[in-house]
Amino acid sequence: MAQRQRIFFVDRLAALRNNEMSLREKVWQINWSLIVLATLISGIGIAMLYSAANGRIDPWASRQLMRFGAGILILLIVAVIDIRIWFRYAYAIYFVALALLVAVEFLGVSGMGAQRWIDLKVIQLQPSEVMKVALVLALARCFHGMALEDISRPTSLILPIAITLAPAALVLKQPDLGTAMMLLMAAAAVFFCAGVRLWKFALVGIAALGSIPIAWQFLREYQRQRVLTFLNPENDPLGAGYHTLQSKIALGSGGLFGKGFMQGSQSHLNFLPEKQTDFIFTMLAEEFGMIGGLTLLALYAILLIYGIAIALRARNQFGRVLAMGLTCNVFFYVFINIAMVMGLVPVVGVPLPLVSYGGTAMLTLMATIGLLISVYIHRDVRISRRGLGIEV
Amino acid sequence: MALIHEDNERSKTFTRRTLLLGGGQAVLFSTLAARMYYLQIIESDRYKMLAEDNRINLRLLPPPRGRIVDRYGTPMAANQQNYRVVLVREQARDVGQTLDMLARVIELSEYDFERVMRDVSHKRAFVPVTVRDYLSWEEVSRIEVNAPDLPGINIEVGQTRHYPYNEQMTHVLGYVSAVSESELTGDPLLELPDFRIGKQGIEKQYDRTLRGAAGTSQLEVNAVGRVIRELSREDGNPGQDLVLTVDAALQAYTHERLRAERSAAAVVMDIHTGDLLALASTPGYDPNLFNVGLTNEVWNQLVKDPLTPLTNKAISGHYAPGSTYKPVVALAALEAGISPDFEVFCPGFMQLGNARFHCWKKGGHGTVDMYKATQQSCDVYYYELSKRVGIDRMTAMAKRFGLGSTVGIDLPGERPGLIPTRDWKLAKIGEPWQLGETLISAIGQGFVLTTPLQLAVMTARLANGGKAVVPRLTRQVHPAQKAETPDGVELPDEFPDMDIPAAHLRVVQTGMDLVTNNPRGTAYRARIQEEGWEMAGKTGTSQVRRITMAERAAGVTKNQDLPWRRRDHALFISYAPVQAPRYACAVVVEHGGGGSKAAAPIARDILIETQRRDPSGTPPIALVGGQPVKRG
Repeated sequence: MAQRQRIFFVDRLAALRNNEMSLREKVWQINWSLIVLATLISGIGIAMLYSAANGRIDPWASRQLMRFGAGILILLIVAVIDIRIWFRYAYAIYFVALALLVAVEFLGVSGMGAQRWIDLKVIQLQPSEVMKVALVLALARCFHGMALEDISRPTSLILPIAITLAPAALVLKQPDLGTAMMLLMAAAAVFFCAGVRLWKFALVGIAALGSIPIAWQFLREYQRQRVLTFLNPENDPLGAGYHTLQSKIALGSGGLFGKGFMQGSQSHLNFLPEKQTDFIFTMLAEEFGMIGGLTLLALYAILLIYGIAIALRARNQFGRVLAMGLTCNVFFYVFINIAMVMGLVPVVGVPLPLVSYGGTAMLTLMATIGLLISVYIHRDVRISRRGLGIEV
Repeated sequence: MALIHEDNERSKTFTRRTLLLGGGQAVLFSTLAARMYYLQIIESDRYKMLAEDNRINLRLLPPPRGRIVDRYGTPMAANQQNYRVVLVREQARDVGQTLDMLARVIELSEYDFERVMRDVSHKRAFVPVTVRDYLSWEEVSRIEVNAPDLPGINIEVGQTRHYPYNEQMTHVLGYVSAVSESELTGDPLLELPDFRIGKQGIEKQYDRTLRGAAGTSQLEVNAVGRVIRELSREDGNPGQDLVLTVDAALQAYTHERLRAERSAAAVVMDIHTGDLLALASTPGYDPNLFNVGLTNEVWNQLVKDPLTPLTNKAISGHYAPGSTYKPVVALAALEAGISPDFEVFCPGFMQLGNARFHCWKKGGHGTVDMYKATQQSCDVYYYELSKRVGIDRMTAMAKRFGLGSTVGIDLPGERPGLIPTRDWKLAKIGEPWQLGETLISAIGQGFVLTTPLQLAVMTARLANGGKAVVPRLTRQVHPAQKAETPDGVELPDEFPDMDIPAAHLRVVQTGMDLVTNNPRGTAYRARIQEEGWEMAGKTGTSQVRRITMAERAAGVTKNQDLPWRRRDHALFISYAPVQAPRYACAVVVEHGGGGSKAAAPIARDILIETQRRDPSGTPPIALVGGQPVKRG
């Protein structure tokens, strides 16, 4: 018995050395607890969407459920695809996403004063969401080929910076300040993990601070208004500060245990804006109180810990950087959204991952988790400097 | 090997920095949890209150206004259902089309169209917009019949104050109208767009009683103000009904009788209780107009009208009482010890220094005593009396009869009249009192001013045996009255006695009896002929212009030949029945000419009607077999 088991492990190790795994082995390796976590979080989201529609499955909960189903499928497919394939097509995916961002300029559907969607009939595609994953993929590939001394050479940073700035500029032009900031922050996290020197960050930080007055000139009126409102929200309770104020009232009035499922007066009497998308966390915290809010926050924390653990376990740089970049991405989503609804940061259009109503975000997040699992499954796979699955 | 070493270095950096980032994320997540704790635990109570404020909308339920009824319970001011047609945008498929359809059913002006289209676009989709007010019953039924073709069209019922007697009762009741900016007291009820408050008359005087208290309804509303459900309701108190002393039918009769003249006022009063049975002033105006909102044009017309329809002349018209003042002078003289048999020769004037004071009768009355002087209203006799009595005692007597100050009727706008004294003249004009002014005062001219209400009160006090009766319009218990008879009609406890000997009063009463019931009396032609209903009275004619020496020499111009505004005021005070007085009546006809011709016949007709309507039923003696009925 023990003998046979030993042989199995030896066989498997040999197979891993050869970078060859059967589909069955991969499925065996899939980190199912991550999928359970994603299901739990999505379940909370669907329940809140059911409540947001006053106890009806339509129009939001049903569609979100379908997307979740499709998302699980995508997650599994993404997870079992060999990481070297992702490595190989990282740039290609990035350029497709970039092309979509350019296309949205011409074909985009306007929403909330910004061009954000491409209508693909089946789905309203939001290229900026896709780009959040694609950028991390591209940067991970970029840094995979760089040794520490390469990174310390300023010229070698030109490519990753270009890769970052191109989509950020396009998203900013839509204009979608929130997503542009998230792209920059995710990229910064990748740069940081890859080992870019700290003084360079300091330099960029100082430059950024210095350019605030100039950037102010380029902001649209509503963006400026949001920033000003954030700085003093209760100054103008019926105007621009209305959303934040109503959100805080909803949250605060929820108390410790909340008002009960479908009992949130702020949400159900429409005082709360955008309750099915950006402000869904407020609704949760109103109906389930701080207990509900902390529960969701804890689920996200577990998800992030898994992500970080996967990044640390991976033995190839591409996988490490990819996993950490994606984890940071999820973190930024969660933090900015919740901080926003609690009045800690200005109102920006950032959805709550897996919970907010929205197709593209749901699918890209499921793909993100799929990629994390893929990194986990292929944690011991060696990827050559120049790419391609040749063992070094 | 170098590669692996390098990779190790890179991996170490990665691990270090990843853990650093993870730590940072943990710190930031803790911030979120802390913020959650702050909002949901520490500040929770404040936000709970704000959430309730958001959710709950207090709506006022305006109380129905109390009715005003006459002494027999006939409604004189009531609330009418006001049917209005409203349009709810979200229920109408196409607002323009719906209005077109509606216009085929009821009349709609171009202006209505524009206003509705404008309102509809400004207001929220579920807020009803009034299309037209005050629909007739027929229009309401036509809309109801066509309801299936009129999506979004609803009928709403409101309440409107209605005065069935129109202008006949205006000067008593006043009217209600929309609340003006200056009348806001902070009471939210007053801020309701449809709310009306009393602006004049009883409606103003007893506004608080009639108004009642508003109820409240707690409504749950959503962010755009749509009502989701009613959480609780607290009914208010409807306004109290008010019972007036007025007899609506008599008031209507009096008003119509006065309308024979251009501008007049009359007061009918119960001399024992002070109940005002009628208080009329013509011309009046339609109080219902103020409800709906008056056009500027109509308002300006009312304000500029020389006949002052907006003024209640019965309580705020100032008139020189003329000879109706003479009873006061007679009583002052009697009190001063002058005998009623005291005689004076009237040559038609009295000479006082250089001035000559004329009697109304050019040839004079010859020798007259106090009875005859009252009967024929001899001015010279009263000049003589006043000379002997002096202004001070005359003034004191006048004040005891309620002249010269407001009598305190429960209506806004009562004016005090004027009984001049030496001090008053010194203070007001800066000159000492002249004897000539005493003479002029004795015939109710000069400075003396009274209101018709004061004249009625004076007459009542003369007729009821010198009791200081106070008039009232409402059947509340008056401060001076306590007891109530079993049948619910309040009777006064005694009004204070004025300390005038009955014998003195009898002299004046006899004189006034002679005025109407003796063929030589000034108002004999206006006497009441129905036996048992006879009235006693006193005529008065007060000049509003000065008759010059030249005019007097050429012959005084007859009233008919003068422009209306320069003609004399005609006055008449009276009470009836003579044997057992019950009702006092004062009539003033502005620029009516002589009191006997213009005012006395009106008083006669009013007193006949008053006695005809007397529920305690003292029909003319002729109807009860010729036996006089003693009352008491």
